[in-house]
Amino acid sequence: MALDSKQDDRTHQFKVVGTRPPRPDGIDKVTGRARFGADMTAPGMLTGRILRSPHPHARITSIDSSEAEALPGVHAVVTRADFAHAVADAATADVLDNCMAGDKALYDGHAVAAVAASSPAIARKALKLIKVDYEPLPHVTDVDAAMQPDAPALHEGRANETVPAGLSPNVVARCAFGHGDIEAGLAQADRIVERTYRTEATHQGYIEPHACLASVGPDGQADLWCCTQGHYMVRNTCAEILGMDQGQLRVTASEIGGGFGGKTTVFLEPVALMLSKKAGRPVKMVMSRSEVLRASGPTASSSVDVRIGMTKEGRITAGFAELRYQGGAYPGSPVDMGAMAAFAPYDLENVKTVGWDVVTNRPKAAAYRAPGAPMAAFAVESAIDELAKGFGLDPLEVRLKNAAREGTRASYGPTYPAIGLEATLRTARDHPHWSAPLGPNQGRGVACGFWFNFGGDTCVTLNITPDGTVTVTEGNPDIGGSRASMSMMAAEELGIPYDKVRTVIADTGTLGQNEVTDGSRVTFAVGLATIEAARAAKREMCRRAAQIWGIEEEAVVWEDGAARPAGPNAGTHPPMSLAEIAAIASNTGGPIAGHHEVNAEGAGVSFATHMVDTEVDPETGAVKILRYTVFQDAGKAVHPDYVEGQFQGGAAQGIGWALNEEYIYGADGVLQNPGFLDYRIPVASDLPMIEPVILEIPNPGHPYGVRGVGETSIVPPLAAIANAVSEAAGVRLTHLPLSPPKVLDALKSK
Amino acid sequence: MVQVKIFGSLAAAADDQTEVEIEARTLRELLDGLAARYPAMQPQLERGVSVAIDGRVYNDSWFTPIEPDSEVVLLSRLKGG
Repeated sequence: MALDSKQDDRTHQFKVVGTRPPRPDGIDKVTGRARFGADMTAPGMLTGRILRSPHPHARITSIDSSEAEALPGVHAVVTRADFAHAVADAATADVLDNCMAGDKALYDGHAVAAVAASSPAIARKALKLIKVDYEPLPHVTDVDAAMQPDAPALHEGRANETVPAGLSPNVVARCAFGHGDIEAGLAQADRIVERTYRTEATHQGYIEPHACLASVGPDGQADLWCCTQGHYMVRNTCAEILGMDQGQLRVTASEIGGGFGGKTTVFLEPVALMLSKKAGRPVKMVMSRSEVLRASGPTASSSVDVRIGMTKEGRITAGFAELRYQGGAYPGSPVDMGAMAAFAPYDLENVKTVGWDVVTNRPKAAAYRAPGAPMAAFAVESAIDELAKGFGLDPLEVRLKNAAREGTRASYGPTYPAIGLEATLRTARDHPHWSAPLGPNQGRGVACGFWFNFGGDTCVTLNITPDGTVTVTEGNPDIGGSRASMSMMAAEELGIPYDKVRTVIADTGTLGQNEVTDGSRVTFAVGLATIEAARAAKREMCRRAAQIWGIEEEAVVWEDGAARPAGPNAGTHPPMSLAEIAAIASNTGGPIAGHHEVNAEGAGVSFATHMVDTEVDPETGAVKILRYTVFQDAGKAVHPDYVEGQFQGGAAQGIGWALNEEYIYGADGVLQNPGFLDYRIPVASDLPMIEPVILEIPNPGHPYGVRGVGETSIVPPLAAIANAVSEAAGVRLTHLPLSPPKVLDALKSK
Repeated sequence: MVQVKIFGSLAAAADDQTEVEIEARTLRELLDGLAARYPAMQPQLERGVSVAIDGRVYNDSWFTPIEPDSEVVLLSRLKGG
């Protein structure tokens, strides 16, 4: 059989891919029919609640839950003592300790006990009856303070082999990347900028709080429904923590009201399963917004020293950055990602980054969209901007002069294949936004950003139904429009209309292992598997047609949604459409399906350039975003609406991170702003229309040229906005967020 | 033999070499060869690394072929959000 799909992406004339059909989850979401994590119910269901530490750091000397257990309506109480199964993997042991504290409470809001009761009121009352004796300990929440030798230590012996002796036990890992000679490069510079930049911890800010419903049967078989970015990850993690066989735990992902990396781990799920196991009843748990902010993963806060040298012509001669990220109470901040991404957009002879992973008395950091990269880009892109403007050079031209391109050795090691950074910069330079006039107190900023993207384990099954419609079954929660994209790629490959394909998200019992919906992987990896599954189904349909026509399989091709005879001896049989072959599948061998299982490696890296205009109110220090344009390489935009949505969403989150959002801890180590009134994310009235400009430089690692787009868009905004505000204010701002008091102080200090 | 570039902090485990030669035709042979020659690298290899082969990044696929003239770069294990 010969397939038209063997055409490569450079000659492929797409019919479905690249169009903008209606989203399949749209009606459900605007009518309330969609079922999110908190919408799940079960007969006999109990309410689970968590008791949380009021101390930022305390030894737990005893827990007495006897009064709570005696309260009518209480069916189970769990503490860490109930999680007796030994967890071998250190990272998973940390996840367990984060879900339920062991010997110590390590941050304000750390879970120390949980109850399951017949009503929310009884559960709340029971929590008050649990007596926890704490021995408060000194605490530290600032990354630089935590690195001091005399800082309160959270753990002993957690530093890995990369950390030199003699440092605070809070320093748990070191990484370094780069090549060349920094000092020699700096010696060639006409000017050097050396500054420290700081960002505060921000939350992913998903609208849907964490929620789950667990049901463990007396035979050990268990079901779990939850909102997550990866239900296979939930299954595997919970099974390890509870000592269950993975096959005995079936996890179903609900619709998801945002994740942005924050739902790539577990918080409630092991506790709900343990409560259900003890109570013998289903248990539902839903976090309040306060719990989400206090106890689910924000991103790291950062402190970054940068030294960059530049010639007066705008050539960067050397770049150095030392990054210090605190990732909360456990090892694992994304500092290594930041250290690799910091200078990735540039072609540099001399470049070095050093990263330090530091623990503090804050909630365990979770991934947040391009984890680690936005803070690094803020520091590096701010310094480049200052150098360019200091020489009176065009900051876009300076970036173009230094831009990485095909053949550049990346700052983190490899040589780039075809990449799209230069295209984003040239398009930005030629865009009307770049030459539009600015008014008083206004400034324009640009910045570049990079993200790696990856693939990972992926399974797809594609079933041809008897009436000729198609169902694609995949295992990744749809957080960015993947159901539409998979349906489109299946329709493209099969040559049938988009509305003849429905994509569903399977539970963990239906498919093999699927990696989490993260790393901007789904359109790339699940798309690749969907295309291959469709090709497998096409091969089978061609085989059936060949059988019917009595000719060789090789004499049948699949074109325009039908099997057709081809070649000198194939005869003149009329084409058989997918629907015609499906209708007689029972007569020709049985149901027809295609499937594909793969560890999809080879995802292409992604670059973006952002441009933003801001206005600073000199009386209040308030910053208004006037205009915002995103230029990003998508490889191939399968559904441009969703790609544009990713560009706009990343920019919007970056605006919040740059201007307002921050975790504020008091001197007592307690989070001061655990609610959306005091932790201020941008709302629609804060934002202009964000203009997305899609560029398409095909990824050679994907049949249609697709690159991940979900994360890169949050990398440049922090720096682009800081550059714009610094220009408007006439003073360089180096500490995010640029909230009104901070900007006003800077204006006064001029 | 393939030339392998090693990132800064891992180079300490390879006698401070930033480039080493390993006899390997696949990703698995590469990782096994590194662990055998540089035991100090074992903790990082167990935590996980990513490997860029001719500019494309691989995490786990043992039998990914490596040509003698391929560019091979060890990286920190990539994570995403």
